[in-house]
Amino acid sequence: MSIQNIERRRFDALIIGAGGGGLRAALQLAEAEASVAVVSKVFPTRSHTVAAQGGMNAALANVLPDNWHWHMFDTVKGSDYLGDQDAIEYMCRAAPKVVYEMEHFGVPFSRLDNGKIYQRPFGGQSQNFGGDQAARTCAAADRTGHAILHSLYQQNIRAKTNFFDEYFAVDLLKDEAGNVLGAFVFNIHTGEELIIEAKTTLLATGGAGQLYRTTTNAMINTGDGMAMALRAGLPLQDMEFFQFHPTGIAGRGMLITEGARGEGGYLVNVKGERLMERYAPKAKDLASRDVVSRAIYTEVKEGRGCGPEQDHVMLKLDHLGTDVIQKRLPGIRQTCITFLGIDPAEHPIPVYPTAHYTMGGIPTDRFGRVVTPVKDTPEEVVNGLYAAGECACVSVHGANRLGGNSILDILVFGRAAANHIIDYLKDVRYHKPMDENSVDRAYERLHRWDRTGDGESVEQLRKDLKRTMEDNCGVFRTRDILENGVKEVHKLQERMKNARITDHSGLFNTARVEALELENLMDVALATVYSACARQESRGAHSRIDFPERNDIHWMKHTLFFRENCKLDFKPVRTKPLSVASFPPKARVY
Amino acid sequence: MPETASDSRLRWRCRRGMLELDLILQEFLDKGYDLLDAKQKQLLDVMLEYPDQLLFDLLLGNMISSDKDIAQFVTRIRNTLRT
Repeated sequence: MSIQNIERRRFDALIIGAGGGGLRAALQLAEAEASVAVVSKVFPTRSHTVAAQGGMNAALANVLPDNWHWHMFDTVKGSDYLGDQDAIEYMCRAAPKVVYEMEHFGVPFSRLDNGKIYQRPFGGQSQNFGGDQAARTCAAADRTGHAILHSLYQQNIRAKTNFFDEYFAVDLLKDEAGNVLGAFVFNIHTGEELIIEAKTTLLATGGAGQLYRTTTNAMINTGDGMAMALRAGLPLQDMEFFQFHPTGIAGRGMLITEGARGEGGYLVNVKGERLMERYAPKAKDLASRDVVSRAIYTEVKEGRGCGPEQDHVMLKLDHLGTDVIQKRLPGIRQTCITFLGIDPAEHPIPVYPTAHYTMGGIPTDRFGRVVTPVKDTPEEVVNGLYAAGECACVSVHGANRLGGNSILDILVFGRAAANHIIDYLKDVRYHKPMDENSVDRAYERLHRWDRTGDGESVEQLRKDLKRTMEDNCGVFRTRDILENGVKEVHKLQERMKNARITDHSGLFNTARVEALELENLMDVALATVYSACARQESRGAHSRIDFPERNDIHWMKHTLFFRENCKLDFKPVRTKPLSVASFPPKARVY
Repeated sequence: MPETASDSRLRWRCRRGMLELDLILQEFLDKGYDLLDAKQKQLLDVMLEYPDQLLFDLLLGNMISSDKDIAQFVTRIRNTLRT
């Protein structure tokens, strides 16, 4: 289709991504009688939110005494003091209300005998600012994400939200002043392009776990919104902070919970040695996640890995006996039988650190507005553009996310962004004229993949990128390794220029979608490896062997990466909460 | 391995919200799809309409379907992964 004939649709708000954040925002907007379009590359209830089984934190005090202020303290401490304390206060205060709202939308939270919502204890939760364990996580059995996603989807159908299912968003559209005015998308079924003009656009596209070879993330998590922001000239914030779990199934990624080591499981190398005795003589296999992750990496790098490629270590559970494994670790047993064809009661499990959660993302304020530095102002609002959830960096997780805070984040800030959009729409009554050059650029980017002839395979490049990121920007970080990572990702970007796809049909051309996803991953990879190389300290999930200590004097600041010339900038952490005293940085000891 | 547009659509429907489902379904399409008869393809179609959590419980062996045809088909998918 020629560019002039592309259909145009107009909405008050465009939401890209239909996970929990996008759907929560869409519902708020639709109920306020705004016209809302939700664009999602997969059917909404197949978004990655469905995989969040743990639950959401809120200081309801249903099981043990609790207080939003204690929740705030735990979140600030968990963030290793890189989280913005105004946003964290806002989130922790809003949490109980958001839980009750979800209950009213139909989420069947697990109950106590007295009828109140059950709350379970989770790592990193405390009473009274670091005292006894708290019980703060509300869950719908082990399927909280599923329940939230389905409830929100059904509520949106009731509220008449307009869904564009299986549409892929190519790029944001702007005017000459930089106001964001919608997006260029196409229908994956038919290949037909569509220009969605919107007074406001919310990015809610989730994380970028597919950057890594071993990840817990679904294949859809390709950092699409983050890359769209980069191409629109906006920065990504704190991308060096990526949460890894030490024990994923090697080469596959699925999580083997820490409970397996808690029950007495231990790690061995190719010689059958208990490797953690070397790295953590006291805590051994129960050492902290980053210590265990680096130990596994070191064993593999020093030639003591297992398997034909010597690229993993083994987690032994067989000494625990079938009964204990079946009773206490049934999920792990099923996962191993399904994917590896082995019963952990008889055979050790091949494991390697697995990428789990993107703490960094598109910088926003606590209203969900995307912000960027302009001249001497560190946080200038980008008119018309919002972001929420894992693709955003608000930043409530700082350098490391606490369990139970990710679902809370998407719901609180999806809702906050929608509330701000509702106010914004009162002032912005008409659609602004589009800069047609931005349409041309998106069109050209899409049609670049129409070129024919021989070239690099997208599938091979994706594999090479994931391997490069795992080897050079994973759990073991030094200047040499990270600089090599920068070089290697640039090389892959060069090879990308010569990439081709063989399917040029319009109908369900998934090869083209995967090519566009790879472009997105490449940009996000550069942001991640450049930011990791720049930060010369260890903080939260970013652990540098050559800079093992946290350095609050020089590095208590947010990193900003811009695509143009791979430029880096920094901005201060917001240490001042909204109504209470700041939590000053302290050693993060649990 | 699917090649037509409708088969590409099938492959896209196998992109799910959970990594476990992505891996099982993509591997099954690669190894086992061409061997299915029309009735079995219909069963796959029915299963792909299931919510992710239900599909997860069936394919990971946490639950057995009361529909015998589906239960047998789940076993077939699981067996394909081990070939």
